[in-house]
Amino acid sequence: MTSRGRAWRDELTGLAWAGPWLIGSAVFVLLPMGMSAYYALTDYPLLEPPMFVGLKNFRDLAGDPTFWRVVKNTALYAGVSIPVFTLVALVLAGLLNSRVRFGRVYQAAVFIPTLVPLIASAMVWFWLFNGEYGLVNKVLGPVLRPFGLSPPAWIADEAWVLPSMVLMTLWGVGQSVVIYVAAMQDVPRQLYEAAELDGMGPVRRFVHVTLPMISPAILFNVIALTISAVQVFAVPYVMFRRPQGTNPAGHYYTMYLYETGFVYGRMGYACAMAWIQLLVVLALTGVMMFASRRVVHYTRT
Amino acid sequence: MRRQKGPTSRPLTRLMIHATLALVSVLFLAPLVWMLATSMMPESQAASQSIRLLPDPPSAVFTHAKENYKSVWNDRTIRFPLYLRNTLIVAALGVAGMTLSSAVVAYGLSRVQWRGRGAVFFLVLATMMIPFPVLMVPLYLIFRELGWIGTLTPLWAPAWFGGAFNIFLLRQFFMTIPRELDEAARIDGCSHWTIFWRIILPLSKPALAVVALFHFIYVWNDFVGPLIYLTDQDQYTLALGLQLYQSQAGNTPWNLLMAASALMVSPLVLLFVLTQRTFVRGVSTEGLK
Repeated sequence: MTSRGRAWRDELTGLAWAGPWLIGSAVFVLLPMGMSAYYALTDYPLLEPPMFVGLKNFRDLAGDPTFWRVVKNTALYAGVSIPVFTLVALVLAGLLNSRVRFGRVYQAAVFIPTLVPLIASAMVWFWLFNGEYGLVNKVLGPVLRPFGLSPPAWIADEAWVLPSMVLMTLWGVGQSVVIYVAAMQDVPRQLYEAAELDGMGPVRRFVHVTLPMISPAILFNVIALTISAVQVFAVPYVMFRRPQGTNPAGHYYTMYLYETGFVYGRMGYACAMAWIQLLVVLALTGVMMFASRRVVHYTRT
Repeated sequence: MRRQKGPTSRPLTRLMIHATLALVSVLFLAPLVWMLATSMMPESQAASQSIRLLPDPPSAVFTHAKENYKSVWNDRTIRFPLYLRNTLIVAALGVAGMTLSSAVVAYGLSRVQWRGRGAVFFLVLATMMIPFPVLMVPLYLIFRELGWIGTLTPLWAPAWFGGAFNIFLLRQFFMTIPRELDEAARIDGCSHWTIFWRIILPLSKPALAVVALFHFIYVWNDFVGPLIYLTDQDQYTLALGLQLYQSQAGNTPWNLLMAASALMVSPLVLLFVLTQRTFVRGVSTEGLK
């Protein structure tokens, strides 16, 4: 066989093995993306054929107060929950990494809540946050009473939606903790010994040795968190939707997208929203990759 | 033995670390403990002002537990056993497809030499970033075209084409298997399929277990997929079914809601206890992506 024929054969063999994914991603990812890019430019009321309208959907979105509200809510949620989440995850990982006894028990306790399906987690917190009989207020009530304060109504109160969401998100911090602990265990011991000889205390060693050494893991985690925070859906969908209407502070981007497409049947408008979301995700990822390059470079010098 | 160094060397620091971690552990487990406690109470006591872990009288705990869980299981409108069956069908078909197909693709991206390999691998990584909402509307239309809306098929069939993260994970694992093994087999005249089936797969059981486990959890968790594709309450999965309890707004039967939640959570916790090592290894590798 000629070498050319052989190369072709290798190419075909490779394609055949990659085949399932190539076909799958063509049908379930690339085709849908192309479709939604086109539908974003159309008026498409589910039961009628799409009608091309150019950028009308995007212009309408710019003047849609609900759109701007869900953007604001989602940005606030991502902007507050991600830093808090990352900080808590790093501190817990640092403590677990200090080789205390029962470390595995503590780690399991923090990890187990991440196993709880989102929908079950929403139910449990729905109960915990209940203004009247919820555990959270049963505990907080007596603590606050001497100060003349009473606990908030949490998910029922617009002002307390964000803190409730952050708390619920924090309950799932265990997965990141496990990732960070694994990364911390790969940091060479000599670095700590050298830092100790330089007279660094535990906090400074954590900040100046541990954090830079695990910065790649932090970066990837923060990117993954961002992508999922921008899409947050199941928990607020269950918690803030009421027969009398959604709590306006608990109305998030993907919830509105879902309602637009599947409740009001405005497929074109929903696709326009989806593309904006995709571009935001890509832009945020790009910015974080770019900004982090300097940080990683900085730690190596 | 090496001298213990680091932040844990001073007794006071150690004590504070223990105290913090113990408190954190209690806070993290409290919601689950409360879920179980509520699930074993009569409705009137679940919705009361006092904090109690056991019903009054405490000896009645088993009676109430049995009663609550039984009424969740036997409910005529929210049919837990049916939703469990649906979820298990999706999980079984999905896990089988996801594990096998991802392994096949990962083999093509690690053991077969071809020029398009790098480009395809890059595409695999790129698709991991695509938010699902972008696909939501068109996927619904595609599945409607295929006649899959209102059936369980869209929840498991795509898994048979592999999943980006799982392909990535398995490829990284396959790369660590020494090349000499398949080169020797090739000299003996083995085909790629034989090498895959006889050498690579048996050596990759831990990684395959991670993929299977993660996909099972994914199916158990998935809410958006069933919400969009399922139309008939008889086809609901557990995630959708659980939501039915709460949407009967007004007077939520908290004890029953918590019993149903506990039934949904417990298989995963049990799975975790049984496969803790696989789990932690899998989660740790997630940080590498």
